[in-house]
Amino acid sequence: MEVQEQDQDQTLDHAANLGVLGENHREFLTFFLSDQEYGVDILRVQEIRQWSPTTPLPNVPTHVCGVINIRGTIVPIVDPRICFGMATIERSPMTVVIVLRTVRNDRERYVGLVVDAVSDVYDVAIDKIKATGDLGGGAVSQYTSGMIALDKKMVVLLDIDELVQVDDEQLDDVAQQEL
Amino acid sequence: MDFDQIAAAVRESFQAEAVDLLDTMEAKLLELEQGDADEEVVHALFRAAHSIKGGSGTCGLTAVANFTHVVETLLDEMREQRLKATPELISLFLKSVDCLRGMLSAAESGVDFDAAEVAAVQQLLEAELPQAESGSPEPEQPARPRSDGNLWKVVFKPQREFLHRGNNPLLMFHELAELGSLAVLVSVEDLPAFEELTPEDLYLWWTLELTSDCAQQDIEEVFAWVEDDCELTIEQIESTAEEAAVSATAESSGPRPPAAASKPTNPKQTGSIRVSIDKVDALINMVGELVITQSMLGAFDDYSYEDFDAQTVDRIRESITQLAQNTRELQEGVMRIRMLPISVVFQRFPRLVHDLSGQLGKKFELVLEGEQTELDKTVLEQVSEPLVHLVRNSLDHGLEAPEARLAKGKPETGTLTLSAFHRSGNAVIEIRDDGAGLNTEKIRNKAIAQGLVGEKDSLSEDEIHALIFRPGFSTADQVSDVSGRGVGMDVVVRKIKALSGDVSIKSVEGKGTTVRIHLPLTMAILDGQLIRIGDRIFILPLLSIVESLQVNHSNVSVVANAAEVYRLRNEPKPIVRLHDVLGLDSSRADLSDALLVVVENGGDQVCLVVDELLAQQQVVVKSLEANYRRVEGLAGATILGDGTVALILDVPRVVAAARQGSPRFFPPANNQAELGETQTAAAS
Repeated sequence: MEVQEQDQDQTLDHAANLGVLGENHREFLTFFLSDQEYGVDILRVQEIRQWSPTTPLPNVPTHVCGVINIRGTIVPIVDPRICFGMATIERSPMTVVIVLRTVRNDRERYVGLVVDAVSDVYDVAIDKIKATGDLGGGAVSQYTSGMIALDKKMVVLLDIDELVQVDDEQLDDVAQQEL
Repeated sequence: MDFDQIAAAVRESFQAEAVDLLDTMEAKLLELEQGDADEEVVHALFRAAHSIKGGSGTCGLTAVANFTHVVETLLDEMREQRLKATPELISLFLKSVDCLRGMLSAAESGVDFDAAEVAAVQQLLEAELPQAESGSPEPEQPARPRSDGNLWKVVFKPQREFLHRGNNPLLMFHELAELGSLAVLVSVEDLPAFEELTPEDLYLWWTLELTSDCAQQDIEEVFAWVEDDCELTIEQIESTAEEAAVSATAESSGPRPPAAASKPTNPKQTGSIRVSIDKVDALINMVGELVITQSMLGAFDDYSYEDFDAQTVDRIRESITQLAQNTRELQEGVMRIRMLPISVVFQRFPRLVHDLSGQLGKKFELVLEGEQTELDKTVLEQVSEPLVHLVRNSLDHGLEAPEARLAKGKPETGTLTLSAFHRSGNAVIEIRDDGAGLNTEKIRNKAIAQGLVGEKDSLSEDEIHALIFRPGFSTADQVSDVSGRGVGMDVVVRKIKALSGDVSIKSVEGKGTTVRIHLPLTMAILDGQLIRIGDRIFILPLLSIVESLQVNHSNVSVVANAAEVYRLRNEPKPIVRLHDVLGLDSSRADLSDALLVVVENGGDQVCLVVDELLAQQQVVVKSLEANYRRVEGLAGATILGDGTVALILDVPRVVAAARQGSPRFFPPANNQAELGETQTAAAS
């Protein structure tokens, strides 16, 4: 298994300036949930914020922690730990929210992901991304779009649109029961 | 501006005008059909057709212009009393309006229209002409110049700002060239020195020589669009016709459509809005007052710390109160800009009723009430389709055929009333018919057959009627083209609910049916009552609150299925424990010393248990759907002064759920991950 050499000092700003690096490369922002590192497409990252208490919503799936106010817009916060079946942890000043731009059914939605800490930005060659056929754990694999070896560790690349999908039909079903 | 941009601007402007003109024509035609054979109506029709012809010609929409020309010719005959307005002719005209709408919308989307159909209608129109050819000239085929005929000299002097309005002389010259052979001579004598030249101004004027056997009217029409922006002289130099050479300055060869400031837009156009000047003036006044208040407060800027005594503080307080008032007025003023009268939506119904009357062989009378009732533009656009469906239902299934009505002792003509009005912060639209009403038995049986209701279930008549809103439900014996497939009603309900509205139905068998739609007047701002439930703050719309009271324990009783009821002035009202509904920790087991807030929706009242009443304030409604989705039980969210998000409760839903005896109208949500708690919830 080849290991991609990466410049450790690549900063977020540098990455932002680089933009799309061409057809063979993608850039990923990685973050930690416990000891596991995950990556998301940098182009989908809107901003990174410090954790602030959310307003919980009634009657929503557990992984939706609630909503927060970002400059006048209501943005839902999702806890990927719950999606992955992990234990949740106490939130601290180090806890970070990554606000992502997701696309589903031609609609753009901004959703925040609460993570333990942000790691780094990596420039990844697309052909080095491995498929996730044998990940084993059902919970994570439905949200992943691949895996990559970086700095001698395995980083799981996430499909944002799958992870924070909002199923409108689900709502109508619920409504139907009430009628 | 380059040629293409100007041409596009002209086209856009024409399209907007044409929509209104065609609507006017349709309305006038229907008036004509009712027997209002007013001279003015025919004149109005003629003017409208004429304007469409002129405008379409300027835009290069030759097919439209040619077609409209025939319509206009017929209308001309009518207004000269040479042609009578028979029902068949009026139907033909209505068809022409449809053709024009189709052609224009095809032109707008850049697709081809159905040329065969248009040609067919055009043929029928031409067949109606009193003689083979009246005095009006034939529409020219494009690019077929005639070299015989009269010689016209046209002197065209546009005003300096001619181009500013998106006019392009070249377009007119092209059109003129289609009438015959054209020679164009430009005069540059008015051009200033280069340093003084303003590129957007037009310093040129032209002398045009046209050889054509057209009438002077045709030349005037070419410039009809710009008659106010230029000096136009048309002279006939030689004439082979009987008329002597006539020199005339530009006459009003067709009135421009009035710059109606308060004319409503077609609900289909979502891009722009027409606003009445009054609303704009009111806003300007409000901003003026805001500026005054601001300078009042600004005066304190120069004060030093020592200057702030009790008196100054009072004055600041006054200014702040004033500011709150100014801001509120400004908010309301701006909201009103997005409000349009419902006549915008109602105006399509006379035509619909007319068409369906013919199609179904029934007689209808349409009564429109409250057309000036205003609603938010977006709401209007969304409610239009459901209304059409409900009206079709009424006409198709509700109102009976003339013979059946006579047999029941009803007048032969069925009456359909569309009524709109404001009530307690909502807009209400009613669709009332005096038809057959809902057949309760039939609905019940159908529901049992579909498994929606058990045979033994006892339902009130209203509840049975409400079943028709379920998907797939239809008691229609025959599915017609018009309605009956049972796919409509639930879509209607869904669309109305998506607007935070409500639909209800009341019917008396044999007498008639009334469908009532409640819509919020404005979705963006509401007066809210902040309440505390547990450690969370929620908002109740102030308008839905009737009163609040401390629980008197003796008035609380528990009904058979464990639902709690409060006796309020001898009337039982369901009690809703909001803690349970929202999945929060119940802070009290019994209701002694609890605080009840009585809320109302549509005549039903319910008592909500809250922990504390906090402040009242105006609240800006923020959408949950923008980045998430609609949450059952919530009408939206807002941001409080401290930046946190507070949720707004959906009172109608809570009331409805409570009335159905299910105060827990959704299962208690799993507790959100709290600090220190661990959870191994399955993936969603």
